[in-house]
Amino acid sequence: MDITLTINGKSYSQDVEPRLLLIHFVRDVAGLTGTHMGCETSLCGACTVELNGKAIKSCTMFAVQAKGADIVTVEGLASDGKLDPMQEAFWNEHGLQCGFCTPGMIMASKQILDRNPAPTEDEIRHGLEGNVCRCTGYQHIVNAVKAAAAGAGK
Amino acid sequence: MIAQKFEYTAPKSLDEALHLLASGAKPIAGGMSLIPMMKLRLAAPEHLVDLRALKDLSYIREAGGQLHIGATASHYDVESSALLRQKCPLLTETAAAIGDVQVRNMGTIGGSVAHADPAADYPAALQALEAKFVLQGAKSERVVGATDFFVDAFTTALEPGEILREVIVPIDDARTGTSYQKMAQPASGFAIVGVAARVRQNAGKISFARLGITGLSNRAYRASASEKALEGKSSTPADIQSAAALVAQGIDANSDLHASADYRRHLAVVHASRALKTALSRIA
Repeated sequence: MDITLTINGKSYSQDVEPRLLLIHFVRDVAGLTGTHMGCETSLCGACTVELNGKAIKSCTMFAVQAKGADIVTVEGLASDGKLDPMQEAFWNEHGLQCGFCTPGMIMASKQILDRNPAPTEDEIRHGLEGNVCRCTGYQHIVNAVKAAAAGAGK
Repeated sequence: MIAQKFEYTAPKSLDEALHLLASGAKPIAGGMSLIPMMKLRLAAPEHLVDLRALKDLSYIREAGGQLHIGATASHYDVESSALLRQKCPLLTETAAAIGDVQVRNMGTIGGSVAHADPAADYPAALQALEAKFVLQGAKSERVVGATDFFVDAFTTALEPGEILREVIVPIDDARTGTSYQKMAQPASGFAIVGVAARVRQNAGKISFARLGITGLSNRAYRASASEKALEGKSSTPADIQSAAALVAQGIDANSDLHASADYRRHLAVVHASRALKTALSRIA
């Protein structure tokens, strides 16, 4: 099936099998390997990308369902060598150790602030329920989202 | 994990979708249950018809004194609907308790309800709301109430070839309070037990009570014995406790590695009590 999707502003067209998962399109067709395949069972959130402005798990969607969609991956955040404020906040607050969950964490964290620019700690944790980190114990990730929220208000 | 091969159609109209379903295709909406099952090869449909492609099926609107929710309205659409927050807060509260943000962005009310997972959140609220479901086939449509719709685990009143097109819920007056309380399974977010309460007070007495329970047994059900016990009572802690104690009466409780049947029954009583107290406290 011929599909065209836009990823980080660039158009990709490919003849794909309907069973091809969106994450495989992102990683193997578009070659954008920043989006990680973790649990493959829609629990860990490492594969989170933005689809038409909404955070979704790309391991639990067929690429054909995203036909015509506008997708943003972690590679689409920095521009002109300047990190996105959320990436900057994860760096400053040490919101990662091994980094495997980080692309998904950052995409989910951006969704939190898109919908609520001044979230409480509870709201941040509720917004990150779909993302698993096995290193940090989450505290520094929550701190990073708080820092990004505070920075965005300045 | 790769699903078995299948054919995929994004239909241009509901008629086209119904025609394909009548010839054996399977509907997919958000895919939050179906895709994991296909990846595990627990499900292997030969042809998927993508109902999300029907853009006019995700409405949320008020008409004729009731609220009408199109099948492909996502959990996030429901959770963030100003209309529902004002006129049916039980549904927004329940939608916000489903899974996680990514699941709520994709998953749909129609998909969740038609899938009828015995641990899904919506069915508890829809039982308490006495929701009605519009089921549409290629030739006709019919309306089925919640008590008749949820038949068994993963089994509903839907016939082959029919889709759940719309969910209809009532608009309650200000004397009504509601609450959904759940014990979530920490990994999946599904309800080990979830209780939706909807109560109305008149001159200090409970005049109406509806309790929907999910997670406890093979299907979401109404706790009729608890409802009867509440009516006419003045909602003291003792009244609530004795009504909540009846919530699992006559129910064959599920048992799995997350919770034994006895523990689930205990959780149902505790959460029924919490849901009732919270619902009563919300009456304006």
